[in-house]
Amino acid sequence: MIESLVTYLAPEWAIQHAAPLVIALPMIVATLLVFIPSGRIAWFLTIAATLGSFLLAGVLLALVQADGETRELLRLAGVETNLIAPGLVSYALGGWEPPAGIEFRVDALNALILCLVALVGFLASIFSWHTLQAELRKEKHNLFYAAYLMCFCGLLGVAITGDAFNLFVFLEISSISTYVLVALGASRDRRALPAAFHYLIMGTIGATFYVIGVGFLFAATGTLNLAEYTVMLPELTDNRAVQAGFAFIVIGLGLKAAMWPLHQWLPNAYAYAPSFVTTFLAATATKVALYALIRYLFTIFSPDFTFEAASIGYLIMPLAIAAMVVCSFQAVFQTDVRRTLAYSSVAQVGYMLLGVSLATAAGLSAGLFHLMNHALMKAGLFMAAAGIVLAHQGTRLNDFEGLGRSAPWTMTAFAICGLSLIGVPLTAGFQSKLALMSAVLEQGWWWAVAIILFSSVLAVIYMGRILEAVFFRAPSNPRKVRNEAPLTILVPLWIFAIANIWIGIDASFPARLAGDAALAVMGGGGVR
Amino acid sequence: MLEAIIERGNYWIIIILMMTGLYITFASTNLIKRLVGLSVFQTSVFLFYITLGKVAGGTAPVLIGDDLKKDYGDEHSAVDAVRTVAGDGAGEATLYNVYSNPLPHVLILTAIVVGVATLAVGLAIIVRIRESYGTIENDELRDIDIEVALAEYESDLVPEAAQ
Amino acid sequence: MSHETLILAALGLPLLIAAGIALTGKVPNLREAVTIGGAIVLFGIVILLVQAVAAGDRPSLDLWTVLDPPGSLTEGRGGLALAFELEPLGALFAVVASGLWIVNSFYSIGYMRGNRERNQTRFYMCFAIAIFGALGVAMAGNLFTLFVFYEILTLSTYPLVAHKGDAAAARGARIYLMTLLGTSIGFFLFAVVWTYMLAGGSLDFVQGGLLANAEGLTPTIAGALLMLFAFGIGKAALMPFHFWLPNAMVAPTPVSALLHAVAVVKAGVFTVLKVSVFIFGEDLLNATPSREFILGVACFTIIVASLIALTKDNLKARLAYSTIAQLAYVTAGAMLADAAGFMGGALQIAAHASGKITLFMCAGAIYVATGLTNISDMRGLGRRMPIVFIAFFVASLSIIGIPPLAGDWPKYELMQGAADAGLDYVPIVLIVSSLLNVAYLLPISLLALMPPPDTPEPAPFKRVGGAPALTVAAPAFTAFLCLVLFFFVGPMSDFLTPSLGDRPDLSANLTSGDAP
Repeated sequence: MIESLVTYLAPEWAIQHAAPLVIALPMIVATLLVFIPSGRIAWFLTIAATLGSFLLAGVLLALVQADGETRELLRLAGVETNLIAPGLVSYALGGWEPPAGIEFRVDALNALILCLVALVGFLASIFSWHTLQAELRKEKHNLFYAAYLMCFCGLLGVAITGDAFNLFVFLEISSISTYVLVALGASRDRRALPAAFHYLIMGTIGATFYVIGVGFLFAATGTLNLAEYTVMLPELTDNRAVQAGFAFIVIGLGLKAAMWPLHQWLPNAYAYAPSFVTTFLAATATKVALYALIRYLFTIFSPDFTFEAASIGYLIMPLAIAAMVVCSFQAVFQTDVRRTLAYSSVAQVGYMLLGVSLATAAGLSAGLFHLMNHALMKAGLFMAAAGIVLAHQGTRLNDFEGLGRSAPWTMTAFAICGLSLIGVPLTAGFQSKLALMSAVLEQGWWWAVAIILFSSVLAVIYMGRILEAVFFRAPSNPRKVRNEAPLTILVPLWIFAIANIWIGIDASFPARLAGDAALAVMGGGGVR
Repeated sequence: MLEAIIERGNYWIIIILMMTGLYITFASTNLIKRLVGLSVFQTSVFLFYITLGKVAGGTAPVLIGDDLKKDYGDEHSAVDAVRTVAGDGAGEATLYNVYSNPLPHVLILTAIVVGVATLAVGLAIIVRIRESYGTIENDELRDIDIEVALAEYESDLVPEAAQ
Repeated sequence: MSHETLILAALGLPLLIAAGIALTGKVPNLREAVTIGGAIVLFGIVILLVQAVAAGDRPSLDLWTVLDPPGSLTEGRGGLALAFELEPLGALFAVVASGLWIVNSFYSIGYMRGNRERNQTRFYMCFAIAIFGALGVAMAGNLFTLFVFYEILTLSTYPLVAHKGDAAAARGARIYLMTLLGTSIGFFLFAVVWTYMLAGGSLDFVQGGLLANAEGLTPTIAGALLMLFAFGIGKAALMPFHFWLPNAMVAPTPVSALLHAVAVVKAGVFTVLKVSVFIFGEDLLNATPSREFILGVACFTIIVASLIALTKDNLKARLAYSTIAQLAYVTAGAMLADAAGFMGGALQIAAHASGKITLFMCAGAIYVATGLTNISDMRGLGRRMPIVFIAFFVASLSIIGIPPLAGDWPKYELMQGAADAGLDYVPIVLIVSSLLNVAYLLPISLLALMPPPDTPEPAPFKRVGGAPALTVAAPAFTAFLCLVLFFFVGPMSDFLTPSLGDRPDLSANLTSGDAP
């Protein structure tokens, strides 16, 4: 199905230059937007740019997923695909051949992440209009969209690049624009400002740690190309510099990925940012950092290295489990819905890290599968919450009371995504938790299954509280105006809700993508 | 022993700067001071990279003397050669002079830009904080926020009591 | 029609009915017509399926594979599929659920209108979806499908329990949901996934037990697994996870009647039976160390719940604790792990359903007419509502287990099963339980029908005209059903035997009049 994208639909130039265009398109449009005074035009351009990126990311996914037949077809048609091996696209930027030049390297793993980020970015930008109207001064809209597109471009860049330092640059492009975006929440609630500031401090420390780590690797190997590292590092496992570099990189990326207990910046940033920003970040930012972490843990370093095996077993796994339990508990005690969801995000990162820390193909694919599903459900949940912010400026629990009656469409979608977060059968969340449990049981870790289930029960409690307020409680302040979210919110919201159900009913496609991605990373090549 | 310590003088300075920066970032309550700490921390990393790029006896990575006269034909090969020399020394060196590795310098140029941008955003946020809170002391900010949160919490409780 | 179509129809129809109810919500009469008509058609479909099962067929329908979990042990073994297969035990449950839905729908109309309840459209919709869940549980072809529908049943009944919308209803519904979801996610799902791994990537129901020949299944693991199943299936209301049931009685009475005497709780014990028979199998179950422990817990539940029932003055609360005790019969039957025990459990599903639904419907009728909920206020009320209390009396006798009423057979079979298994204390528990049943059920109707001489005249009807006709006719009908079922036990046990295994002939006992 997805092959037709490259065999019929995409023009030749798009196939050949898909990798740089994915990044360049939003970056160029972002620059243009600064000079465009109209918010509405800026909105249209943003939608166009994100849609373009999404389609190009789809082309990349199709390229790395292409089977032998499709590749042959492309070869006969004389299309330059940049496929250096089946399932591996390598694009030398500016014609400077790697390892000296910067390389964009796409395999099944990052094609998946690219698609996910671009999809969420596209749907989020459709939905952005009405929330911006309500939350931001008019003359700032074009600048806001410019910052958003830079953030979008930075996240895609992290996912696509094959160069360690370039990864840092993209990480900071996305982070700096994120700080700006979060701080813009101040027009609704001034607490956004300290939240953004703390995020800035923590984020910068994380990124700097990452740079220190890369410096150590550079000192040991003399290269910055990630593919080169894969070749050179196995011989350097006893090197202290390599080990120190590993530690710095894991901590730095862990901070960006909100690995417990480095998640302190996240709840406030998510709770006070403009609702559109929260939606986008919750579904993408930590996911991309997690991708980078996976990339380092599995392709660059390898679980075979003694120091990595030790740190996965004695550091990442316990932290993942702590996140699942502690942050779920914290979520239970929040009175603000967006904070509840933010803490739940940290807990869900724990699930993904647990899958990763199994260091098996099954575990990794389950973790990635959950990563995908979590992006879909959290985007939906925060989008619905944004609809509530629109209606009456607050997301505390009692603002949600009785909304099931006055905004049934918004809240039904919210409920679907919420049930998915809990992991109720026939929703996406159930599938990935099931996959995770089966991967965990394969290792014989029955106690980890018990913890997963315990954390799910906590999810029942914190989502149950919200859903009960929505559907079974009378509004505490009936004079407040309540109405359905506008269509630009409802449509993307329901796309997410339906995606959650669709994956819940038939998970074969996303599970296959996650499985291929895991194989690609674990050295199986990801080729069918 | 002493020699070993002095030989690594750069690294000691880097470590001291790094720890000072981190300490200021975490310990100080003034937001500006925290940004200063952050900048010191970042600067130590810049120094770290520059130190890495230093090749013993190497000169600035600008072609001089004999190297200048040589015709390398391909426009990229000079850079490649520099990279080989500076990187691990194992590749064939076709240059007469020894150069410091230019790559970390370039990287740090980028990192400085990133650092400046971060600093600018951070300062802008501090200005806004000062405008809306009237203070830039972190503990005072927290007190104000807690008060607001408590007020909100009480307003949450009231309707429930009324039911 | 082919069997696939029939199964699809049986599953699709409740959903269509729910949609129809939503569309016709503005016109109550039309809405009720949709419910009743749909329920009757559904019952017809289920009967067609049952005929096929009785003829020895196993109608089955494979939908699609939902997920093929990654992992070397299980990948490529077919994954987790939504599949349906109807065998006699499931057919029995399907008939009970869909048949009593018709009766209950008539009753609901009388009750809901008589009480002028709000949100009736939502009520009927959720009801139809709950029936969908119950039928899915009945027809599930593997444990995964069963689990999915089990959860659908939980979620769809939550709005029904919370129907009243006041603080007490919200609290009861919250406990209901938390307990059922908590146990099912915490324990049941764990057990399902573990079974999946142990069985090497399969969750099919296999005659003789899926795990019977599983590798790596030590008695310790089997014991832990059985515990997870027994306590994870919260709907079976085994102590200490029984407290959701009394709390769920805040629901309107039709909900208590159908869902908490028939669909929900029976789905729980049905699952316990199904797991015992088709996942563990008789032999493995006998070799599982925790079996006797759970049997003990079931016996404990029977006695203690009956004792608590004695102390309750609220009629619905007393019935709720009675339900807990009666449900434990089925669990006990399953844990006896022989053919007679299984049979006793299966018969109890049908017998207790018809008995308990009658009792609940009577309680509802009394409430609609008089607004009374406490037993102590009902003395002498039988003079005004004779049919209701006679139905109550008959159903009480059936629950107690007095022939010729349906409730007699399960007790007989359970005692037989206990004797076969050599467990002497189980019959004693059953006898004590019967005595306690007498103590807490009979006085209600007897005091109402034959009050002591100096009883003051009961308060006049709160509702003009007393209980609506529909709320009286429905329990009368189900009370009659209790009587009929007694004589149908022969065909029923013949029907069930292919699933549950051979056991001493019952009809022989019936003809010789040798009542237990």
